[in-house]
Amino acid sequence: MVGESHICSAWEEAIVNPVITVENLRKTYESITAVDGISFEVYRGEIFGMVGPNGAGKTTTIECIEGLRAADGGTLRVLGQDPVHNGRAVRQRIGIQLQESNLQPRIRVWEAMALFASFYQQSVDWNALLEQMDLQAHRHVFYEKLSGGQKQRLFIALALINDPDIVFLDELTTGLDPQARLNMWEMVEDIRDRGKTVFLTTHYMEEAERLCDRVAILDQGHIVALDSPANLVKQLDAPLRVEFEPVGPVALGPLQALPTATHVEHHGHRVIAWGKGDPFIVDVVQTLTNQHIRFRHLQVAQPSLEDVFLALTGRRMERGQ
Amino acid sequence: MQSLSKLALVNAKLYIREPAAFFFTLIFPAMLLLLFGAIFGNEPDPAFHSTRGFIDMETPALMAIVIASSAFMGIPIAIASLREHRVLRRLRATPMHPLAFISADLLVNFSMTLMGAMLLILAGFMAFDLQFHGAWLLLLVAFTASALTAFSVGYLIATLSPTARIAQTLGMVLFFPNMFLSGAAFPREMFPESIKRISDLMPMTYMVNLLQAIWFGQPWSEYRTTFIILVLTAMGGLFLAVRHFRWE
Repeated sequence: MVGESHICSAWEEAIVNPVITVENLRKTYESITAVDGISFEVYRGEIFGMVGPNGAGKTTTIECIEGLRAADGGTLRVLGQDPVHNGRAVRQRIGIQLQESNLQPRIRVWEAMALFASFYQQSVDWNALLEQMDLQAHRHVFYEKLSGGQKQRLFIALALINDPDIVFLDELTTGLDPQARLNMWEMVEDIRDRGKTVFLTTHYMEEAERLCDRVAILDQGHIVALDSPANLVKQLDAPLRVEFEPVGPVALGPLQALPTATHVEHHGHRVIAWGKGDPFIVDVVQTLTNQHIRFRHLQVAQPSLEDVFLALTGRRMERGQ
Repeated sequence: MQSLSKLALVNAKLYIREPAAFFFTLIFPAMLLLLFGAIFGNEPDPAFHSTRGFIDMETPALMAIVIASSAFMGIPIAIASLREHRVLRRLRATPMHPLAFISADLLVNFSMTLMGAMLLILAGFMAFDLQFHGAWLLLLVAFTASALTAFSVGYLIATLSPTARIAQTLGMVLFFPNMFLSGAAFPREMFPESIKRISDLMPMTYMVNLLQAIWFGQPWSEYRTTFIILVLTAMGGLFLAVRHFRWE
C-alpha cells in the first residue's frame, strides 16, 4: 500500500510539475513567423519529440527553450526557471546537442571533455562517458579528424557531461548512415532509461515513431497534433496502403472504382492505393487478377506518423520541405 | 575561475597547433630583425642622431609588428573562423561565462605576443650590440597598452566579419599600411616628408614612437600625451570589443 501510494504521488508530481512548460511561444524573424503561439508541456522521464518538415519551427522552438534565442512572446519555464533570464543556471542542469555546430578543429577529444566538464558545477566521470560512446580509442584524436558519426557521439557525450536533468537533441541523426542512426536510437533510449528527460526534434517520422513517448507535430509554426505515436495513428482512422509494381501498363480506373479504395496513384514505376479495412487488400488483388494485370513486389503498409502528417496538412513530409 | 584557467590552457595549446599564428607572432619578428641586421648592420648612423644604429631603432619598432600581427591577423581570423564554424555557438550552449572566454583568448594572445617581443629583443642582444637606455617596467606597460588597444581593434574586426575570409582581408588592409608606414618596418627617419605626413595618420605610428621613446630613455614629458591616450584607448577599446562581441 505504501509503495503504491508512493508511485502514485511520484507520478502525480511529474504531471503537476512538468520539467518544461511552453505557453503561447511566438518568434518572428523579420517578416517570417517561425513559431506562431504554441503551447505544450514536457514531463519528467519521457522522450518528447517534435517532428515536422524543415522550416516548421522545430529548431526555433528548441533553441528558445534552451535559452539560446529570446522569444518574441509567451512564457517559458525550464526546470521552473526562465531559460533566458536565468540562462546560465538553467544550462547547469540541461545538456544540449545543437543541430549544427563544431569544436575547435585541433582540440583533442579528451581536451574537449575536460574543458566542457570545467564549465559545470557538477560533472560525471567523462572517461566512462567516452567509453559508453565508443570514443575511448579516439581520445587523443583531433576533432577535425573524427568521422561524422564520431563527432555526433562526442556531442552527445558533451551534452551528458553534467549529468543533466533534460537532454536536448536537435536533428540528432541527420546525415548519418542507417547503421549509425540505429546506434543513436539505442543511445537515446538508454539516456531515457537512466531517468533523464529527452527533448528531440527530427524530420524523420520513423525516428519519432520508434523513439518518442509523445510527439508534437509541427507545421508552419503551429502544433497540429500532440499525443503518443500510437494514439495519433489510431485517431487517424487512416487507410491502408497497398503498393505494387505492375508488369506492363495499367489503368487505374478499376482500382479507383473499388468501394473500399480511397485514392490510387502512380508513383514512379509503382502504383500506390489507399483504402479502408482489411477487405481492401483482397479487393485490390482480386481486381488485378480479374483484369489480368501481372504485378510484383506487392507491399501492404500500416498507417504511420507520415500518414498522420499527410492527413493533417494535406502534404507529404518530403514535399512539405 | 576554474573554467578560465582551463580555457586559457586549452587555447594556448590550440594556438601552438596553429602554425601560421605561431610563426608570425613568435618566429617572424626575430627573423626579420636578424635579416635587417645582416643587411644594414648596427653601426651608429647619422640618420639616427649619430649614436644609434639601424637595429637599435628597429628592435622597439618591431615590437609593434608583433602586436599588429596578433591584432590584425591572428585574432580576427581565429575568432571569425570559430564563429563561422559555429564553435562559439556550442560554447555558448554551456554555463560558461562569456567574459571567461574572452579573457582567456585575450590572455593567450597577449602572452604569445609578449613572448614574440621577448624573443625579438633576445635575438637583438645576442646577435648585435643592442643599446637599451629605458626602464623595462615602463616598456612593459607601454607594450601592454599598445597591445590591448590593437587587440580590441582585432576583436572589432572579428565582430564585423561574417567569415574568416573577410576577417583576413580586413586585417590585411590594416596590417600592411600600418607595418610599412608607421616606422615599424623601416625607421621613420628614412621617410621623405610626403610619406611622413601619411605616416602621421597611422595609429601604429604612435605606438612605434612611444616604444622607441621609452626604449631610449627619453624624458617622460616627451611621450606623456601618447602614453595617456594609449592607456585610455586600450580601456575604451576593450570595453567596446567585449560589449559588441558576437557569438553567432
